[in-house]
This record gives sequence, C-alpha cells and structure tokens, in this order.
Amino acid sequence: MDPPAIELREVVKRLGAATIGPVSLTVAAGQTLALVGPSGAGKSTLLRLLMGLVEPDAGEVLLHGEPVRPGDLARRRRVGWVVQGGGLFPHLTAAGNVALVARHLGWPAARRAARLAELAALARLPPPLLDRLPGELSGGQAQRVGLMRALMLDPAVLLLDEPLGALDPETRAALQADLRAAFEVLGKTVVLVTHDLDEAAFFAHRMALLAGGRLLQEGTPEALRRAPASPEVARFLGAARRPSPGSGSPA
Amino acid sequence: MTPALAAALCLALAAPPAPAPVMVGSKKFTESVVLAELAAQLVERAGLAAGRRAELGGSRVLWEALLRGDVDAYPEYTGTLTRELLAGEVAADADPEALRAALAARGVVMGAPLGFQDAYAVGLRREVAARLGLDSLSGLANHPGLRLAFSHEFLDRADGWPRLRDRYRLPQRGVRGLDHDLALRALAAGEIDATDLYTTDAEIERDGLVALRDDRGAFPEYQAVLLWRADLERRAPGAAAALRRLEGRIDERAMIAMNARAGLDRVPASRVAAGFLDRAFGPPPDGAPPQEAGLAARLLARTAEHLLLVGVALALAIALALPLGVWAALRPAAGRLILGAVGLVQTIPSLALLVLMIPLLGIGARPAVAALAVYGLLPIVRNVHSGLRGIPPELRESAEALALTRLARLRLVELPLASPSILAGVRTSAVIAVGTATLGALIGAGGYGQPILAGIRLASVPLLLEGAVPAALLALAVEGLFSLVERWLVPRGLRGPSRPAGR
Repeated sequence: MDPPAIELREVVKRLGAATIGPVSLTVAAGQTLALVGPSGAGKSTLLRLLMGLVEPDAGEVLLHGEPVRPGDLARRRRVGWVVQGGGLFPHLTAAGNVALVARHLGWPAARRAARLAELAALARLPPPLLDRLPGELSGGQAQRVGLMRALMLDPAVLLLDEPLGALDPETRAALQADLRAAFEVLGKTVVLVTHDLDEAAFFAHRMALLAGGRLLQEGTPEALRRAPASPEVARFLGAARRPSPGSGSPA
Repeated sequence: MTPALAAALCLALAAPPAPAPVMVGSKKFTESVVLAELAAQLVERAGLAAGRRAELGGSRVLWEALLRGDVDAYPEYTGTLTRELLAGEVAADADPEALRAALAARGVVMGAPLGFQDAYAVGLRREVAARLGLDSLSGLANHPGLRLAFSHEFLDRADGWPRLRDRYRLPQRGVRGLDHDLALRALAAGEIDATDLYTTDAEIERDGLVALRDDRGAFPEYQAVLLWRADLERRAPGAAAALRRLEGRIDERAMIAMNARAGLDRVPASRVAAGFLDRAFGPPPDGAPPQEAGLAARLLARTAEHLLLVGVALALAIALALPLGVWAALRPAAGRLILGAVGLVQTIPSLALLVLMIPLLGIGARPAVAALAVYGLLPIVRNVHSGLRGIPPELRESAEALALTRLARLRLVELPLASPSILAGVRTSAVIAVGTATLGALIGAGGYGQPILAGIRLASVPLLLEGAVPAALLALAVEGLFSLVERWLVPRGLRGPSRPAGR
C-alpha cells in the first residue's frame, strides 16, 4: 500500500511559551484536509511544518513517506504554498510572480507562456491581468495569482493559509467555487487553514479541529457535527456556526 | 598578447620615461604658498618640470608627505623642525649641524637659511597696547581679563601657547582656538584682544598691530629654510642647485612685502613670486611670464578632481557596504557588530579621518578617496540592513516557500524589494561625499576645497564662492541624478510615496 501523502507523527513544536502538539495526522493522496480552529490554535504553524519552513522539536513530518528536511529544495518544490492575501512580490507583474521559479530553473519562454495560459484558465484569471503589478489587482485577483504561482511547478501537495480571508463576501463566494473546482480537476492533496467551519465543510473531505496547540478531533465534517468528541468541540462547532458564511473576520 | 601590442609595450618600455615633476608643497598660509611658488619657479627656470601641492593642512602632513616622497621639497622653519617634527630626536635649541645630521638620517636635506625669521609673536591692536601700557609679553600677566584667541596649531604646539603660558605665568583662561586668518580679522574687529602672529605677517602694518617683545625668550628661532629629499638630485639633476639659489636672498622686509602683495592685495602667489625672482635674478631665459589659468579652466580642473574623488569613493563605499549590509541583515549577531563598527567610524571627525589616512596612503587623491569611502559606508550599510529587515514576513516566507536558493532569493526578491531603501542610502552617501570632499584639499587632493582654502587664507569671498557654489550645485546635481537612477533601478511596483516596499 502507498504511504499517505502527508503524515505527522507525534509532532511537537514549541514557540516561546506556547507548545503545539503532540499532533498525529495523515492525509491520503488526493484528499483535502481543512485545519480549523480559533486564532492561536497552531494551524499556521502546522502548515509551516509541512512546508519545511520550521523544524519540529520532536516527532516527524513525512511527505509521501519521506521526512521533510528544511534544506531540501527539490522536495520543497513539490509542495505549493498560498499565503493569506496571495503574498505576491510587488516588484514583479502577476506573470513575473507566477513564473519566477520556472524562470530561475531555466524553463524556455514558450514553455512558461503555455503553463501560464493553462493556469490562468484553471484559476479563472483573465489573461490581460497577468501583465499587471500586484498593486493594480483586486484582493480576489491577487489570491488567484497566488494560487497560480503555487501551482506553477505542478506540485503534488498544495497548502493554503486562509485562502479566502480578507475578501468581501461576493468575491469569496466566486473564488470558493473556483478553488474547489480546481482542486477536483487537479486531484492534488490539499491542506487548507481556515477559521470558518462552512468553508471547511465546503472544501474538505476531512477536517481537523485544533485549539490551544492540541488536536481536538479529526474526521469528516459530518462526523464532527454528528458526534463531537468533547464539550469543547461541541462548543466550538456551535460558536463557529453562528456567523453566516463569509461574514467572519479573518484571524 | 598580439604582436602589435607587444611591440607597443616594448617601445613604451624602451623610451626614456618622462621625468616626474619636482613636487613642491606648501602649508595653508600665504607665506608658505609664496615660498613654495618661488622654489617651484626656480626649478622651472632651471629647465625642469615642477608641480605644486599647495595649501596642505599642517606641518605634520607636509613632513609625512616629504618622507614618503609625495612631495619633493617644501619650505619649513627651523623651530618647527626642532620642536615638533624632530622633537625628542634633537634638542630644542640644536645647532644647524646637529639638525642637518638628524634630517640626513631621514633622507632629507636642509638648505641654508633663506634670510628671514618667521617667529611666533603675540599681537595686539596698537591703541589697546597703548591704553594698557603693554610692550612686552611679561606685561600680559597683569591683565587676566584679556580675550585671547590663538590658531589651533599654536594652541597645540609645545613651543606655542603652553610654553608661553608657563614661561610668563599667564593667568588668562578660556583661550579660544581660531583659524589664523580668522583670528587676525577678529582682532582687527575688536572681538578678541590678542592672538598669535608671525613676525612677517603683512597684517602687522595694515591693521596697526604691535608684536609684544619676547623679553624672556619663550619663542624659539624660526629661520625659514627649504627642505628637499636627498634623492632629488639623482632624480632631477640641477633641482637642488636651483633651490639653493634662494638661500640668503629673502630678508624680513622682502617677505612682509610679498605677504602683503599676495595676502592683502590678492595678487596671485605665482605672480608675486615671479616679480621677486625677476628683480633678484633677472627675467627668465624664455621670458614668458607664468600663465594664470582662467576661471573656466580652473573650474573644469576642480570639477574633474572633485568628481573623481566622489565617484571613486562612492563606488568603493557601495562595493563594501552592500555585502556588509546583507551580512548584517542575515546574521543579527554580526549585524549588531557591523552596524556598531560602521557607526563608530562615522563619529571620527572627517578632518581627523583624512589626516589618519596619510601614514597609510600618503597625500593626494588616494587617502582622500579612502577616507570618503569609509565615511560613506554608514548610510548604505544601514539602509541595506533596514531595507532587507523591513520586508514583510509574508513576502519573505513566500520567497522561502518557492524553494529558491538563498542567493536567488536575495537577488530576485529581497534586494529588489529593498532597492528603494538601498538607493536612498547611496544617495545620502553621495551627497555627504560631495560636501566632505571639499576637505580633501587639505591633504592635497584638490577639488572644490582648493579655492575654498585659498578663499579662507586670503579672506576672499569670490574665491570662497568659486569653491562653495560649484560644490552646492554638484550636490543638487547628484540629487537630481539619483531621481533618474531611481526611475531606472527601482521596480515600478515599488516606486512612488503611495506604495512603500512590500505593500
């Protein structure tokens, strides 16, 4: 049997006074996992551990059965990362942002252009916008460009940090639908961080609920709702339910 | 190497090298400039090439330059030799033979006295001296309220104010340091009561001053002499003989007259010197009077010198500061050390830094460039550091997540993002260099400082402006140039006040 695409084994990470973990989690290839929880729960840190941007103090992070090491650039290129707001470099055009690494790796111009067109269609970004600077794009457009940049090298795993945070409700609804369509078409393993339960339920096959650095419960959105493992989980699910989708403010 | 190039090189090596001009130096007061001009013109009348390093910043600068060979000859005074430059090696009242021997050990020849003394004296306005009944230095002790101001060199020299104060037990406190020429003007204006004079100062007559009698022999002998390097005769046969023609030819009255012509009437020193030589030795064989360069030619030459100083210094500063700033930003511990060290250098007064460079690099453009480059480090290092540290964390993480190598991340993302800050640092550094380079003239680097020094020496506003106005214009031009460079270097997405780096 193939190893899971992502596996966390008893991972512990200390950040000053706060400790995250021990956390154990697996994500099967092609599945989407949502990390859900209030701000400060440790969601973004788990994402950074998967990316290899920070090292665990204990335990192991495995991608396709192999441990993640911080200096391993070839492995890191097989993981795409979309930061909140897109994280676009303001000195490069949208196309320059997306093609930055490909260009550095020496892809010929024709190959870059073909890949850009393909990704623009997938992310539903009007191609003329590719020549704009990030400062000239709307928040939703910047997020689409950020997604394209993460997908440029066709990574096996895609990590998204609050992909819909800080967007107005209308943009949010449109981008949400386009993102899920893209995940389905690509069949990639996806981990996304959100504090919005509806968003998690919309995207994810499974969700992991974190609070205060601990993993409270992991399972399908349905299972969590039907059988919360603890009063804490029930309370969070109830509290997070109340605001209507899209009106929650980002962490 | 191509055959043609090789042939050209052989030819160049075979041809006798053009003899280097005999470099004559002078200190930054009129008498020294005139004496150096006399010496240089005598060398030229002997058919040799002569160059001038005029208005260098003090005895020590010239002495070092002579020992290093940056200068071949310069006028000096015996008292300065025994009490300052060779203090500890020869007795303060050493006889000429002992002095010659000490100089010979350093490879320096001292000519016979030129014929006059330029000793220190303390001068007052005639009516003040009369009112207080003062005619000798011992009388000064009875007037503790007198406002004294002395030239910086006089204040510092063992044979200057310290010796005067001790020998006559002078009670005056709060003695101020002033430039010699400024002190004379303050004295004439009544802002101070007494200052140090040289006994050949032209101002004694003009301003109605009296030089107090040195009744306890505090001041040493200051016979004017020419010094030259012992190897000069080998390199430029006839040069030493030409210099010796001046021995015993200038008496005190002649020197005061020349000082008055050059210092008060502002006749160029070259013309004053030529007039004296014509009277003393007859007109030169070729009969051509020395040519004064026109304003445009002078400006052009000064601008070229100044631009060279600033340009090379700035290039060096950038080449050094960029890696230092990057290192400081990447390694916080090293960063504190680097920023601290570079900041410390900045606290050294610019003039002191210039003079510190002389033992290492001699005089001229090289030490000035080195000092300016060191001076230009801080703004650039600081702005590279703050520009890189100021990159928003989400952008830094994005770059890291894109799996670029460290170097590629720096080149493709971080340095471009920091470029507005870096360029602002370079601009600050350039403007500072344009201003500070005017001090370079003190160590023989030329530039716009040269007319400023002459302007201070001669109290000539037009000369001052000849240096100050182009320096100011150059600073403005540098500002303008950097606005253009910014448009060209800083990416469009980072330009303009509305969108600083990162967002």
